Amino acid sequence: MTRKRKRLLAVLGLVGGLAVAAALVLSAFNDNLVFFHSPSDVAEKQLPADRRFRLGGLVEQGSVKKDGLNTDFIVTDLRNSIPVRYTGMLPDLFREGQGVVANGRLDAQGRFIASEVLAKHDENYMPPEVAEALKKSGQWHEKSGDHNKLVKPGS
Amino acid sequence: MFHALANPARFLRLMAVIRPWAAGVAIVGLAAGLGWGLLYSPPDYQQGETVRIMYIHVPAAWMGMFIYAAMAVASATALIWRHPVAELVAKASAPVGAVFTLICLLTGALWGKPMWGAWWVWDARLTSMLILFFIYLGYMALWEAFDDPARAGRAAAILALVGAVNLPIIKFSVDWWNTMHQPASVLTLAGPKIHPDILWPLLITALGAKGYYVWLLTLRVRAEILSRQARILRFAAATDRRAD
Repeated sequence: MTRKRKRLLAVLGLVGGLAVAAALVLSAFNDNLVFFHSPSDVAEKQLPADRRFRLGGLVEQGSVKKDGLNTDFIVTDLRNSIPVRYTGMLPDLFREGQGVVANGRLDAQGRFIASEVLAKHDENYMPPEVAEALKKSGQWHEKSGDHNKLVKPGS
Repeated sequence: MFHALANPARFLRLMAVIRPWAAGVAIVGLAAGLGWGLLYSPPDYQQGETVRIMYIHVPAAWMGMFIYAAMAVASATALIWRHPVAELVAKASAPVGAVFTLICLLTGALWGKPMWGAWWVWDARLTSMLILFFIYLGYMALWEAFDDPARAGRAAAILALVGAVNLPIIKFSVDWWNTMHQPASVLTLAGPKIHPDILWPLLITALGAKGYYVWLLTLRVRAEILSRQARILRFAAATDRRAD
């Protein structure tokens, strides 16, 4: 075996070993690396009641009720849903059908009291006329394909 | 071809041939892509005019990762085949990649405030991109930490390879974990999710940015080779004086 071959194997071994180590570490910390939990995660994993976490999902159509600075709405992943109360200014992109990430905790009634609400943007980019035309021709799929992380498969 | 390029004089001649072409691609691509994107492309149906930040943010993000990948390949070449020019290509690339990564982080913050409602969030995509920036800084610092360029080069090359593990994490972070950052729009299995009127200026700007990197690289590698030669001449002169 030449010295070049030895160095090649050493470099491949270094990168391969690091990739395996990184994969193991990242999968071990999987639960801590997610930025938010879906309503189904909350239902399945039984998060402790007094713990702060981020809740992510779609704002359910027709669920937004504003009362002064208080806003009540429902966050859903189309399988489970959780009512949310937030007091304060909402970001511009906040609207029904839009993805949101709320930071806060569950109260005794199972309502999520949010101290911060962020609007999630999806990966689709198009001019307003095109969005309009798609809606007119009936080819507009409300949040289909995109937001695939916010909607549970099989829902 | 590969071994021929280990000769610095031949490498410099090749750089001189590439330079004007790379400069042309950079100037035409950046002017056309940014001009089209910032002035003439349509607004987005949700983001409105704010979408224009993307024409800087996305090419900068791609360059930050592309340049790091180039550095990792050059570092592996330097370690395995003791290719003297490859090491200088990696060294000359680092500050360019670091600046593109910084531009990506800053424009992302400017976009995040009006769109998400936050300048910064610690999600997997943003955090892994910030780590890429720190790896660039560490790589540059390591080059300066040794007096002997041969030892500095070897240590920096190993660091560059170690940091390469971060690249797939950045790319797939939005698929592996729930993130605040939106999933991939351009490089997806289902094809781009961006309307052509928005996608084209983006791709042309990205091509211009690639040309700009190659252009800078031809200048920076030449400077590195010349300063290495100057260092050798200085040592030779000092030895001669002592011999006299």
